Amino acid sequence: MILIDIAVLTLLVATAFSITRIGDLWAAIMFTGIYSFLGASWMLLLDAPDVAFTEAAVGAGISTVLMLGTLALIGKPEKRTIKLPVVPLLVVVVTGSALFYGTLDMPLFDSPDAPIHMHPDPGYAEITERDIHGVPNFVTALLASYRGYDTLGETTVIFTAGIGVLLILRKPSENDDDEIENEESIS
Amino acid sequence: MNSFPIIRVVTKLVIPYILLFALYVQFHGYFGPGGGFQAGVIFASALILYALVFGLPSAHRVAPPKVMEKLVAVGVMIYAGTGFLAMFLGRTKADGKWEGNFLDYNTLDHHFFPDILPHGQHLGIFLVELGVGITVTAVMTIIFYAFAGREQVK
Repeated sequence: MILIDIAVLTLLVATAFSITRIGDLWAAIMFTGIYSFLGASWMLLLDAPDVAFTEAAVGAGISTVLMLGTLALIGKPEKRTIKLPVVPLLVVVVTGSALFYGTLDMPLFDSPDAPIHMHPDPGYAEITERDIHGVPNFVTALLASYRGYDTLGETTVIFTAGIGVLLILRKPSENDDDEIENEESIS
Repeated sequence: MNSFPIIRVVTKLVIPYILLFALYVQFHGYFGPGGGFQAGVIFASALILYALVFGLPSAHRVAPPKVMEKLVAVGVMIYAGTGFLAMFLGRTKADGKWEGNFLDYNTLDHHFFPDILPHGQHLGIFLVELGVGITVTAVMTIIFYAFAGREQVK
């Protein structure tokens, strides 16, 4: 098992390096798709199949397609900058070291004392059976019932994001054009 | 990609299974991994695959943009509506007092074939996940439509 972990993580790092080094944007997008699939495999190894589904469908599927669609609009070659990117490098190094420093305080992987296993009360797994009949998967029960407000908020965020993208990107159709012209003539 | 027969045939073969898997993830989410968001994304990816292979106009015939735009709001409405339904049904439980809470599905209990049809918490979670699934499918599809419908800026 540890061999698979190491292999997947090595491939993740190798893919990430390829994305940064490659000049061809089309290839870079394909590599981000590969990266997402590897991320999905990694989530599966961490026993999180829900997240793996989402990563495979959103990361590797839809966002790759959206980036390819963007690429079709903006053209293929990356614009090379000649000057040495000092400021971005600094930002990356500082942020990276801060994240590494943060991981030092995290509980060890698989540790039974990790906060995520202690809070909320582990009894959720038990009270789900009493409170919610017919829903054995207590992840679903937690998300949709105990934390229904949270999930409603998340759905509203997705709704807002969709409306936002629509308002910015939608191509005005013929009918809308007429309306705009009318409005302009009125004002 | 209309001219590649292999891609066309394979896509036609694969899409039903993707849709079926999305429905499985949606309605089997109580027993296994999955739920509304995952199901919505998988469903939308099937629609996007169809649009990629058979062109945007055919995809617009299958899932008209106007309908998808409305479904974005319908999903959120189903979710919030379930919450309000649970709240208002709470009144019948105790004599005239408002006992129901927003999104507290215990009041959705009914005695109409309770062994077959979901009721109570199960029904609430079913409806809520359905709302999430509809919104996510519609949002993902209209974002794709918005990107794919644009032309290159000269």
